[in-house]
Amino acid sequence: MTEWLNILIQGALLGGLYALFAIGLSLAFGIMRLVNIAHGDLIVLSAYIALVTVNATGMHPLASVVVVVPVMFALGYALQRGLLNFTLGGGLLAPLLVTFGISVIIQNVLLQVFNATTYRLQAGPIETASVGIGGIAVGVFPLIVFATATLSIAGLQLLFYRTAIGRAFRATSDDADTAELMGIDNRHLYALGLAIAMIFTAIAGVLMAVRSTFDPAAGPTRLIFAFEAVIIGGLGSLWGTLLGGMVLGIAQSVGSALSPSWQILAGHIAFLVILVLRPSGFFPRTRD
Amino acid sequence: MAGVTVERSTRASRAFGIVLLLGLVALATLPYWSGAGTMRLVSEMGYYLALAQLWNLLAGYAGLVSVGQQAYVGIGGYVLFYLTSDWGMHPLLAVALAGPIAAVISLPVALAVFRLRGAYFAVGTWVIAETFRLGVSLIESLGAGSGMSLTPAIVRQIAPDRAGRDLIVYWVSLAIVALVCAVVYLVLRSRHGLALAAIRDSEPASASLGVDTFRTKLTIYVVTAACTGVVGAFIFLQKLRLTPEVGFSINDWTVVVIFMVVIGGIGTLEGPILGVIVYFVLREFLSDYGTWYLILLGSVAVAIMLLAQEGLWGLIARRFDLRLFSLRRHLSH
Amino acid sequence: MSLLRTRGLRAFYGDFQALFGIDVTVEEGETIAIIGANGAGKTTFLRAVAGALACGAGMVEFDDRPTGARSAHEMVRRGVAMVPEGRRLFPSLTVEENLLIGAYCGRAGRWTLPRIYELFPMLAERRGIAAMSLSGGQQQMAAIGRALMSNPRLLLCDELSLGLAPVVIRDIYVCLGAIAAEGTTLVIVEQDINRALDASARFYCFQEGRVALTAACRDFDRAAITSAYFGL
Repeated sequence: MTEWLNILIQGALLGGLYALFAIGLSLAFGIMRLVNIAHGDLIVLSAYIALVTVNATGMHPLASVVVVVPVMFALGYALQRGLLNFTLGGGLLAPLLVTFGISVIIQNVLLQVFNATTYRLQAGPIETASVGIGGIAVGVFPLIVFATATLSIAGLQLLFYRTAIGRAFRATSDDADTAELMGIDNRHLYALGLAIAMIFTAIAGVLMAVRSTFDPAAGPTRLIFAFEAVIIGGLGSLWGTLLGGMVLGIAQSVGSALSPSWQILAGHIAFLVILVLRPSGFFPRTRD
Repeated sequence: MAGVTVERSTRASRAFGIVLLLGLVALATLPYWSGAGTMRLVSEMGYYLALAQLWNLLAGYAGLVSVGQQAYVGIGGYVLFYLTSDWGMHPLLAVALAGPIAAVISLPVALAVFRLRGAYFAVGTWVIAETFRLGVSLIESLGAGSGMSLTPAIVRQIAPDRAGRDLIVYWVSLAIVALVCAVVYLVLRSRHGLALAAIRDSEPASASLGVDTFRTKLTIYVVTAACTGVVGAFIFLQKLRLTPEVGFSINDWTVVVIFMVVIGGIGTLEGPILGVIVYFVLREFLSDYGTWYLILLGSVAVAIMLLAQEGLWGLIARRFDLRLFSLRRHLSH
Repeated sequence: MSLLRTRGLRAFYGDFQALFGIDVTVEEGETIAIIGANGAGKTTFLRAVAGALACGAGMVEFDDRPTGARSAHEMVRRGVAMVPEGRRLFPSLTVEENLLIGAYCGRAGRWTLPRIYELFPMLAERRGIAAMSLSGGQQQMAAIGRALMSNPRLLLCDELSLGLAPVVIRDIYVCLGAIAAEGTTLVIVEQDINRALDASARFYCFQEGRVALTAACRDFDRAAITSAYFGL
């Protein structure tokens, strides 16, 4: 019994990481209707930036967020303002194929610079520390990741529903043309939107770098996990994404318990089943 | 309106038709005036051209941008290997059967994946391909992770000697490419093709006019899957060895194909041809540079999508007002 | 010095030319009407003035500065606001949030949230609900309020009476009068000629992208206007 409870809890906490993966993807789609195929590669890029920072300064991996987040924020702003803004408004081919191209470019640049070696950032005792909750040993690090995901989503909800800029984001997402007529500079807002999305992409990258190994080709798998979490949870709902991540995490956890090579496949199967049975996810909110 | 007729071909397209015919004759007789190396290269260009035309049909014409066609390449390969090893079937028959089998598999896939739109559809197709890859690598009778091989006994069924096999395989490759291009061309000239053009311009409008967008898209998806399956089976007939990694590889069968179509010109029949040529020329000169080569390809594709969406062919066609494949109907007196 | 002046304003949607050289002048504090049939170019004109449609820099002069090439959000900052055709409130936002969006550009002035609620009391009662659940007339008032929140010097109103009952239209035009009395310059685009002409000092009649007729409302009789309207 506790065996299964353990699997459930591990899976749910893993879902926190997947939700963090998914936040950036969800934000970009919610604000700009942009599905960023390079999203997973940007998570991996963040991990490599963390690696470089840790190697250069010797700081603790988790502390490297103070460097990685601003860098990715700036990168996100520049990428949207300088490149991706020009793909919007003309149909789905341009944004999709441009971000696809960017994905391939990032992967190969990373491969060129860092080779195919896998890395992992050492965070010390926190990686293996655990607390006992109701007779089950729950890892401290997974709890931190889950808490980060929850706080991030809560923070974003506050941003979107309690601030002027959040209002502007929602208005632009509804009707960009009229938002412009109300004094909102769309180009700047979209760039800011991706920049904010990158904050969470950066955090996700750093946490991932500690939790598991990564290499230049790891991007697409992260994208798929993020995507599955978003679809299971329902487009347009951030809390739904958290739930989606947890469902995915639990499915993978169950699969992994049956046999390690089943882990990712179990996640895909759960995703496909939910897609067929309940295509709009659990908490759909977006009008298409 | 007396004396007005609807025509399909233009003078340029008729001239091109003749050039094409001559080219096909040259290709068919290639074994007699060139060596095995060139035959393999032409075969390889051929199957990439087939994959490119199929992806273009799906994405450029039907608006279904799939990043998961590698699923059917792998399925085609595994159908070939399984039917020849476990059922003792003749390899060429197995290649042909890969088509209908891939078509049947594509139906439930479409059921799942058509629930998604736009870029989410794209990632969905990717998940499907990954699911197949992971699933197949768990199945023992398909060789699991280490894959399968075509034994010499199987291969000898095509022809007893090496030279004979090369010849037959080469002509089969030409036949497949010609068939795929013909299928794509005929689909686009048909009612479905007209429907696609309407859907591409405006899906709601065409739906309100009675165009069954779902049926049309499904038909295109299944036909493309079937053809991709045949091409996939053929690819691995040549390679003789198949693993889940290679069979369902997104880099080999999708990334490269997408770049070819985008650079050549998405949404035109001439574009993929140009794209394949450009890709192979670049590969000749740059393949030593591995990752730089892909970075270059990626950058060119990005630049084209931002600056010249019609691709290289589009630029040429606009400059010279050229259209080689007669797809449009126009009025003449 | 007029507040707004357009000189030979030409505007295109892609290859399609919608305006063929419009000359319009609006003095500060005036209310003018632009009338014309569907497709005459009235909305195109407003969008060009508001910056939502690009045109030659010198073709539009606002406050004596060429603004034809300026984008819409910049024009709001300069004091040009639009009540778009069809209201176009933001569905994801409540009534109050829609009004607050209007103040995004941060222009100071008389029109604050409390004053808007004074002008439109029924909006105050419904401030927390989704904007799209308002009736047509209430939505129109919210749209006007939203535009006012940017404290514009020039307010462009596109087809306010579209789809509304006469009683509601009457109330809206009373509010417009109050707004004009505060000194705001109004350009009113309408298909309903009578309302527009009653509210305005001067009018322009557009026909197929050109000005067919312009005069003071007092001086002209309805028959002549109808002829110009239909291009007879």
